[in-house]
Formats: sequence, structure tokens, C-alpha cells
Amino acid sequence: MTTPTGATTGGDTPGSTSDLADNAPADAPTDSGFRGLSPGKLMWRRFLRDRTGVVSAGVVLFFVLVAVLAPVISMIYGKDPQTHYGQNDPTLLTDSGLPVAPNGGMSGDFWFGLEPGLGRDILTQLVYGIRTSLIIAVATSVLTTVIGVALGIAAGYLGGKIDYFIGRVIDVLMSFPSQIFLIATMPVVTSLLVAPNEKIPEWLPFVAVTIVLSLLGWMGLARILRGVSLSLREREFIEAAKVTGASPMRIIFKEILPNLWTPILVQSTLALPAFVTAEAGLSYLGVGVSEPTPDWGRMIADAASYLRTDVTFLLFPGLAMVVFVLAFNLLGDSVRDAFDPKTSR
Amino acid sequence: MLRFLVRRSLGALVILVIVSMVTYALFFAIPADPARLYCGKTCTPETLAMIRHEMGFDQSTLAQYWNWLSTIFTGGTFNNVQCSAPCFGYSFDKKELVGGLLADRFPTTLSLTVGSAVIFLIFGIGTGMLAAHKQGKAADKIASAASLLASSLQIYVAGPLALWALCYSTNLLELPKYVPFTEDPLGWASGLLVPWIVLSLIWTANYTRMTRSSMVEQLSEDYVRTARAKGMSGTSVFMRYAWRGAMGTIVTVFGIDLGVLLGGAIITETTFGLHGLGQLAIQSFYDSDLSLLVGVTVVAATLIVFFNIIVDAVYALIDPRIRLA
Repeated sequence: MTTPTGATTGGDTPGSTSDLADNAPADAPTDSGFRGLSPGKLMWRRFLRDRTGVVSAGVVLFFVLVAVLAPVISMIYGKDPQTHYGQNDPTLLTDSGLPVAPNGGMSGDFWFGLEPGLGRDILTQLVYGIRTSLIIAVATSVLTTVIGVALGIAAGYLGGKIDYFIGRVIDVLMSFPSQIFLIATMPVVTSLLVAPNEKIPEWLPFVAVTIVLSLLGWMGLARILRGVSLSLREREFIEAAKVTGASPMRIIFKEILPNLWTPILVQSTLALPAFVTAEAGLSYLGVGVSEPTPDWGRMIADAASYLRTDVTFLLFPGLAMVVFVLAFNLLGDSVRDAFDPKTSR
Repeated sequence: MLRFLVRRSLGALVILVIVSMVTYALFFAIPADPARLYCGKTCTPETLAMIRHEMGFDQSTLAQYWNWLSTIFTGGTFNNVQCSAPCFGYSFDKKELVGGLLADRFPTTLSLTVGSAVIFLIFGIGTGMLAAHKQGKAADKIASAASLLASSLQIYVAGPLALWALCYSTNLLELPKYVPFTEDPLGWASGLLVPWIVLSLIWTANYTRMTRSSMVEQLSEDYVRTARAKGMSGTSVFMRYAWRGAMGTIVTVFGIDLGVLLGGAIITETTFGLHGLGQLAIQSFYDSDLSLLVGVTVVAATLIVFFNIIVDAVYALIDPRIRLA
């Protein structure tokens, strides 16, 4: 059975073909006619033509590479994020705990300076901090996408009581004040995962933050997918599948799901930077990932207390955060434009 | 209209009851010894026993919930302090009624919200309309790029930076503090100026983007084209037709945002050291003062639900189709 993939989005075959013919006549001869171009390929071509999108994808890729290669970078650079360099070497920090060298202790040895107090290296903290952010943000995106897809399709396709129930659950969760709720559920989730007397293992904050962020993160996607699958349900190809005796599972996975990839991918690309900032926000408030795991939010919070003396400590994690979020937001916009050329920004 | 409001209010009441149940379950049913959490840091065995008894932790969970819920409406006595309805409980850690603590903190959050909302509505909608009017031209591109950059800023990055740039290094503006409006209106404004600037910078960006996109959408509608075709002036079409259509989206989002902001902007208040509802929430979390945390959560949720109803009512006034549906 053939599936009219992409029929609900802007990528329906006639429109896309003419789009390609209008905008990229240079590509046409090599393709020997327009047949055989999947919606995915069309999307990829549109994306490559979007310069902002390609550049921001490059920036995002750079951050991901830095996160993956953090141990290698740390080895070449010769420092690690845990060692208290400033305390081991008394010439680095003053008695009050501030770096001796100007600009937050920036020097040939410590490129981005030294953390006041403990005297750890800021560059490696920053590099390992991306890991913390990305692990939690990616895990949360995957989890929320799975929940959002499952409940969105269930509500939209099955309808009836299930739809009503899921709709009310979403209403209730949307009514929760999210910041307070995130903070308040952290100790509850932590207490569920570890007994009070046990030592908290290193992975636990990661899991707890991911769970807490996922609890309030899936509703947007579920609402969108509910709407799309509600309209898909009435389409002829679904009717046809039903008449030919396809099981509900087959209809959901083979007929409906392929038509939902566009909103799923677009929403997850837009959600990921939001999770990065939410995770950093939790650590900023002292609720998220705890010491000694390097974390941008906590670096910013620590830096904020040294504002009177030196702003340098704030600049590196702050700038890294803004550049990363900006690049990811731009990438999200470009992905949406590439998938759905009809929407204008 | 009345029927519409009654129906929506009843729905909201059900949501609030469920929110309170979930909140209750989270804070009371899951922890092993809720009385211990209720007790706070300065906990003696006597206080612990008293809390156990007064909160009725020896009863079943359902009975406990019912007690907690009915206390909100009927009031009660905690630790020899009379608490009249609406009673949000008693903080054993702070030795004060939760309702009183909330009432003390609310003016700060209200001032923060109202001041920045005025700024971001004026600038956000203004810039957005300008960008939509000059669509594709330089002004539009600059406004769009600036709002994209500003919306990628976070309060915990922009806030400390603004504090450094405007207060610590240059002494241009006063350090943030809250002075009641009734005491000293000028001091009130100057004390909150830095938080207003930072908060509205980020929110202005969102409203610019939103206003621009909904104006552009409205301007491409058929009825706008018809109005133009029958010879209506460009300004009238823009202001009376497209703007009215775009207002629906803006009102909806603003209402929801207002509820969220009034419920306490935790990160903003922490960054600027303002003692509002959000700061109270995080403080109660640090002190493990759960009765206070429950109080803040329920009040914040009520504000969100309340403003959702207001949004629906306003929306129904703007757009008659909603009322009839």
C-alpha cells in the first residue's frame, strides 16, 4: 500500500515539483525529470539553499562536537574541570579567592580564566558543561517526543473518551505554574529514585531533571499531533486502509505516523533549545544538576555573585548560552521553512 | 455571554480541584514522612508531634485531602493562630499564616508584572506592527533580527549583565529594590527600572515576532483584499481591519502570559533580589517548607486559570463566532 507521505504538509507532490522547477532550474537536468525525488530529498535541498540555516546548523554541530570530544580537548589542553588549580598553586589566587591575573585570571595556561574560590579551569568547565546540557536536553526531547506522539495520536485517532481524558490531562498540566512545579517536583522525584539515607549517585540529577522537564514538556506536541491525526482520520486513504482490513496498529504506524514526521521533527528542533535553557534555569536556582558536575546554569549563578568585582566569569558561560540558543532557534526556523515552504516567517 | 462565562468557570473550578489534588498528592502522599517535611529546618520532636496531629497525618490520604481542601473554605486554627477563610494553611517553619505571607509578597510581583507588561506591550506591538507595515524592507529586517536575538537571551544571562552594565560598573541606575507605590511612586519606579528593562527586553521580542506574524497573516486574508479593492485607505485597512483581526491572538497570549507572570517570576525575582511570590516559592523550597510551597502553587495555578477565563471572555467579546460555538 502506498502512503501519500507529506500530503498534509506543504510538501504535496505537485506543489513541490513546481517549487523545485521554479527555484532550481540548475538542478533539473541532472535529475532527468523530477520523478524519484522523495519529500525528504526536497526538504534537504530547500534547507541547503537557506544560508542562515546552514550556518546555524554549523554552529550547533560545533557545540555537539565539542561536547562529544570534551575528554580529547581536555587532554590536549592539559586541564580537567575537577582539579582545584587555584588552591593547589597559591600564586594563582589572592587571599580573598579571586584570580591574581587580570580579566578573571585569563593567561596562557588558563585561556578563559580561573573560577574564583575553588580555582577550577573555566574552559574545561564550559566544555564539559555542554555535555550536561546536551545530554539532558536530548534525553528530554526524546522522552517528550515519544509521550507527545503516543498521546497525540491516541487522542486524535481513537477519539471519544480517550481524547476527552487526554485533553483534560493537558488542560490540568497547562494550568500548573511551570517554574514552581519544576522546582517542587525535583525533591519528590529524587526521593522516589533514592532512599533518603543513601548517597545520591552521580547519574541521579540527570535522570531527575530529565523526568521533571519531560512531565511538563510534552503537551505542545501532543496538541498539534492530535489536531493533525484528527483530520487525517477522515481522509480517503485511511478509509481505504480500514476497508481492506488493516489493523488499527497498522493504520497508526504505516498510514498516520509517516504523515506526522514533519510536525514532529519541527517541534522537537524548536523544543530542544527550550530544554537547554530550562535545565540551565534549574541549575541557576540551585535545584538542578549538583556539584561537581560542570553546568552552565550553575556557572552563571556563581558568576553573578562576583559581578561587583569582575564580569568576566559571567561572559563565557553567558555568551556560550546565548550563541547556542540563538543558533538552535534559527536552525528550528530553517527546518520549519524547509519542510513547509508555504509558511512565511 | 453569561452562559458562556458560567460554563467556563465551572470547567475552571474542576481544573483547580484536580490541580489541588495533584499538588496535594505530590507534596503529601509521596514523601515518606510529610510531617517531617512540613516541619522545616528548625524541627523539634514536640513540633513534629503537633504537626502530625494538627494536619491529621494519621488519617487516610483521602480524608487528609478533604481536610486540607475544606480548610481553604472554612478556615481553622494552627498553633493557636486563627486562620479565617480563604485559609491556605500555616507555615510551621516561618511561624506565620501562608495567606499572610502570600499577601505580603504579592504587591512586589504585581508591580514587576504591571510595569514590564506596559513596556513590552507598547514596544512589542508597536515594533511588530511597524515591521508588518514595512514588510520585507530594511526596518522589518532590523526589527526581526533584533527580536530574534533578544528572544534568545535568558533572564539569568541578561539580568546579571544589565546589573553589571547599569548599576555596578557605571552607577547609572539604582540597584533593584521594592518600595510600595503608595509610599513613594518615584522610588517605586526607579527601584524597579532595571528589572523592568530586562524583563521587557525579552518579552518585547516575543510580542514583536507574534504581532508581526499575525498582522502579516491578516493582511493576506481575503477580506483585507476586498476592503482594499473597494477603495478603503491603506491606514484604515491596516488599523481597523488587519489590526482587529490580529488582536485576538495577542489578547490570548497576553492573558496567558499575565497569569504566568503574576504567579511569580522565580528566576527574575531571584536575579534581582526582589521578594515576590516567586522568591517566596524558591525560599520555601530551600527551607523544605512544603505548606508554603503548596500555598504558592495553588495560588499561582488559580491565577493562571483565572486569566484563561478572562482571555476567553475578552476573546468572545472581540469575536462573536466563539460565543455561538
